[in-house]
Amino acid sequence: MSAIDAAFARCRADRRAAFIPYLTAGDPDLETTGRLLEALTRGGADIIELGVPFSDPIADGPVNQRAAARALAAGTSLSGILDLVAGCRERLGVPIVLFTYFNPILARGVESFAEQAAASGVDGVLCVDLPPEEAAGELLPALREVGVASVFLLAPTSTRAREKAVAAASSGFVYYVSRTGVTGTREELPPELLREAKRLRRRLKLPLAVGFGISTPEQVEAVGKVADGVVVGSALVRIVEQRAGDADLVEIVEREASRLSGPLRG
Amino acid sequence: MARREEARPGYWGDYGGRYVPETLVAPLEELAAAFDKQRRRRAFRSRLDGLLRHYAGRPTPLFEAARLSDQLGGARLWLKREDLLHTGAHKINNALGQALLAESMGKRRLIAETGAGQHGVATATAAALLGQTCTIYMGEEDMRRQHPNVERMRLLGAQVAAVDSGSRTLKDAINEALRDWVTNVRDTHYVLGSVLGPDPYPRMVREFHQVIGHEAKRQLKKQAGRAWPDLAVACVGGGSNAIGLFGAFLDEPRVRLIGVEAGGTGAGLGRHAARFRGATVGVLHGTRTLVLQDREGQIAGTHSVSAGLDYPAIGPEHVRLAEQGRVEYTAVDDDEAIEAFHTLAELEGILPALETAHAVAEAMRHAPRLGPDKVILVNLSGRGDKDLESVLAYDAKRGVVGRPEAG
Repeated sequence: MSAIDAAFARCRADRRAAFIPYLTAGDPDLETTGRLLEALTRGGADIIELGVPFSDPIADGPVNQRAAARALAAGTSLSGILDLVAGCRERLGVPIVLFTYFNPILARGVESFAEQAAASGVDGVLCVDLPPEEAAGELLPALREVGVASVFLLAPTSTRAREKAVAAASSGFVYYVSRTGVTGTREELPPELLREAKRLRRRLKLPLAVGFGISTPEQVEAVGKVADGVVVGSALVRIVEQRAGDADLVEIVEREASRLSGPLRG
Repeated sequence: MARREEARPGYWGDYGGRYVPETLVAPLEELAAAFDKQRRRRAFRSRLDGLLRHYAGRPTPLFEAARLSDQLGGARLWLKREDLLHTGAHKINNALGQALLAESMGKRRLIAETGAGQHGVATATAAALLGQTCTIYMGEEDMRRQHPNVERMRLLGAQVAAVDSGSRTLKDAINEALRDWVTNVRDTHYVLGSVLGPDPYPRMVREFHQVIGHEAKRQLKKQAGRAWPDLAVACVGGGSNAIGLFGAFLDEPRVRLIGVEAGGTGAGLGRHAARFRGATVGVLHGTRTLVLQDREGQIAGTHSVSAGLDYPAIGPEHVRLAEQGRVEYTAVDDDEAIEAFHTLAELEGILPALETAHAVAEAMRHAPRLGPDKVILVNLSGRGDKDLESVLAYDAKRGVVGRPEAG
C-alpha cells in the first residue's frame, strides 16, 4: 500500500476527511519551506501538496502567482525542491504530492524527472496543465514505472465521459476543482459543490479530494463531510506572504494549519 | 514533398495539443466540435464571407511596389495589402470568424489578449458589430507603446484590462485571458488571436486566415501573369498572418517560404523574440512548441520594438514546417525593421506596422539577389498608424533628425 493510500485509509478509519495543506516551495526560500512543512505536519496535515513555482501559472490566482514569483526570485529550482523533499520526507512521515505545471518537468526530461522524484521520496505528482490525454504517452507511464502516484483533476465542466477517463488515469486520489476558476480564497463555497462532490465520491473508486477556494475552518468542515480530502492553499500561502519577515513565522503557520484542520479532527 | 500532416487534428508531429487545466478541456472539445460543424455549414460560411467582403473590405488589393523594386534593382515586390482591411490588419479575418462562432454557440461575452493592439481592436470591433460584450487583456508595457489602439478599443465599447504581471506584454496578457476564461468559460468565448494555444485554436485561426494566400494567388495570376511567386515572406509572432499567406503555397515546392521573427537588439536570451535562435521544446499557453526559456523551464523575457512579435513561443505548425524544411525562418532586428518602415513610407507611401516592417526588411534583403523576372510576395499584414510614437521615439534615441530623401 502506498503512503497516500495509507493516509486515506487511516482517515477513513477515523471517519474523517484528510487535511491537505498546500504551500509554494521556495517561498520565501527553500530552507524556510523545509521548516514550514514540519509546521504543517504538526498542524494536522495528512498529505502535503508542495507547489513547484512556474513563471506563467495560468491556473493560479494572485496570491499563488506572487508566491511563485518570490520563489523564483529566490532562485528556487525543481532540483532544489526534490533535494528538499529527499532531506525531509522520511522525518515528516506525511506523503508529499508535487503540484506543478508541465513545462519545468519537460525541461528536465520527463523520465529523468520521474526517476528523481521517486528517488527523493515524492509520493505523487499533480500536473495542473496536463490532462490525462496529454499525459498518456509520456508522464503517466514514467510515473507508473517508478511507482509515483499521478493525480488528475476533475472540474465542474468535466463531462461524464471525462470523469471515467480521469478516474482511469489517476492513482492515489482524484482532485476535484471546486469551481470554474483559478486558485484563491473565496467568501462562499459554490452552492452546487456539496451535491457534486457527493455524486462524484459515489462514482469514484479512488478517494476524492476537493480544493480551490477553501480557506476557512467552516468551509473545511462543510467540504470534509462530502469528500475524502480537503485542500487548503492560498489561505496558508497568504500568511507566508504577510508574515515572511516574522521570527515566529513557523509557529504562525502551524497555528493556522491547526485551526483549519481542527474541524476534521473533531 | 513536404506536406502538412495532421493524423490527429491539432497536432503537427510532436507539436500542438491541448495542455490545459481540466476545467478547459470539455469547453475546448465543445469549441472544436462547433468549429468543425460551422465551417462546413453554408449559412455560416456565407455570413462570414459577406462580412469579410462588405464590412471588412475583402478582397484586399495586391500591389506591385514598383519604386521600391526599382531601387532594390532585382526581383519585383508585390504587397498583399492586409493593412487596408477594416481595423488595419489581417486580424479582423479571425476575429469576425470567431465572433460568429461564439454567437452560434450562444456565448454573449468575448475576451481576447492583445500585444500590438490590432487583435484587440479587431475583437472589440467584431463584438460591437454582433452586440457582444468584450474585455481585452493587454500588458501595461504594450498599453504604453500602442496607446492609440487602447483608445480605439475603449471607443468601440470594450473594457481594456491592464495586465501588470510578469513582463507586462503579450505573454502576460494571454495568462490573464486564460485565467478569465477558466473562470467564466460557460458564457464566454476566448478569441485567441494567433495560431497558438490549445487545439482547436491553431487550426481554427489558420482556417480563418487562409483567404489571404488564396486571394493573393488569384491576384498574382491576373495581375502579374504568374501562377506562383518565387518567394513569399511574412512576419511571425505567433504566426497567423504567415500561416494565412503560406497556406496557398505549401504544396507548391517552387515557392520558397520565409517567416521572419523579431531579432530585437541582440542574440542573448531576453533581447529578442527569435524562437528559431535559441528556443527549446516546451509547453506554454496550452500548446507544445518551441519556447524561449531557461534550463529550468521558466519562460524567458523577450524583446522587440514590435509589440506584436514580442512573444516567447511560436505557433506549433510553424515548428513542424521548419522541421520539414518547407518554411525557412529568419530574424530581422529592431534597427533593420525601423529602416524598412521608413523606406516603405518614403518610396511607396505606405506606413507598415512595425511587425510587418520585419517582413518588408527580409524581402528587401532578397530582392537585389534575384533577377527582375522573379516575384517576391510580401504579406503587408498591418498598417503602422499605431506605431508612430514608437518610431519617432526610436529615431529620436538614435539621433536621426531629418531623414535624407530616399529614392
